[in-house]
Amino acid sequence: MLTALYVALSRDLLAVIMVFSANSLLAAGMFMVMDAPDVGFTEAAVGAGVSTILMLLALRHCPRHERPGRRQWLPLAVVVVTGAVLVYGTMDLPPVGEPGNPIHLHVAPRYLQESGREIGVPNVVTSVLASYRGFDTLGEAIVVFTAGLGVWLLIGARRRDEEP
Amino acid sequence: MRDVVILRVVAKFLIPVIMLFALYVQFHGELGPGGAFQAGVILASAVILHMLVFGLETTRRVVPVAWLRVGAALGTLVYGGTGVAALLRGGNYLDYDALAVDPVAGQHLGILLIELGVGLTVASTMVLLVFTFAERTRR
Repeated sequence: MLTALYVALSRDLLAVIMVFSANSLLAAGMFMVMDAPDVGFTEAAVGAGVSTILMLLALRHCPRHERPGRRQWLPLAVVVVTGAVLVYGTMDLPPVGEPGNPIHLHVAPRYLQESGREIGVPNVVTSVLASYRGFDTLGEAIVVFTAGLGVWLLIGARRRDEEP
Repeated sequence: MRDVVILRVVAKFLIPVIMLFALYVQFHGELGPGGAFQAGVILASAVILHMLVFGLETTRRVVPVAWLRVGAALGTLVYGGTGVAALLRGGNYLDYDALAVDPVAGQHLGILLIELGVGLTVASTMVLLVFTFAERTRR
């Protein structure tokens, strides 16, 4: 929370990247506390690791300090209103961890009870991601591949006559 | 950063450990937390650490860009190909039950294959991204 405020307010971009990375690490710790080590893993490796490096590399293209601009009130109002609506929406959500919540009654019990027999993999997260939801994961892999391909084609690829 | 002795020594020690950990996360993902996506990013971070310490040129001699392009495409192909293999063996697309005689063994094989594909794609793409940005920065 504090780190996010610092990221929004500070004008020193290098410090912002560092704090952003620390924010990711804290979020990873939070996921670990909430018993989601798979998500925490990803957050630590991607959020705190790779994306920090990418932002540092991008920073070398621009000046280190953000230019102080005019205060813009309309975007601030939009953000505050959206945030307030989202918080209002959470009031209708069922309490966290209640066994009767819709999320625990839909497909989750079947995954939890049957995956040991059907898939034979102890980690249910893996069996859901890789087998029951194989199509989604295929889409994810293709998204990663396409993103890399796009970046490489846009700024990385050299024409044949430019080859050193 | 090539002349900072501490960084160089620590990196030399850490890179194999990080790579080993990536393999552990990749192949132990069925049993404990983790999986191919995380393993791919961890493997990529080992290569990126090498690049930060020893420079882009050295790392590109260790991991040529052509490999990364092939790796990213090959990983996606392995994933899609597993689906097609299930089709050819008479199941639905990505239905791993059809991959072996025993459905559970088929599931194991299918998950292993697609995790390999995802890991390969993610690791190659991450390193390719960082290489591309780093090269752009140098020019």
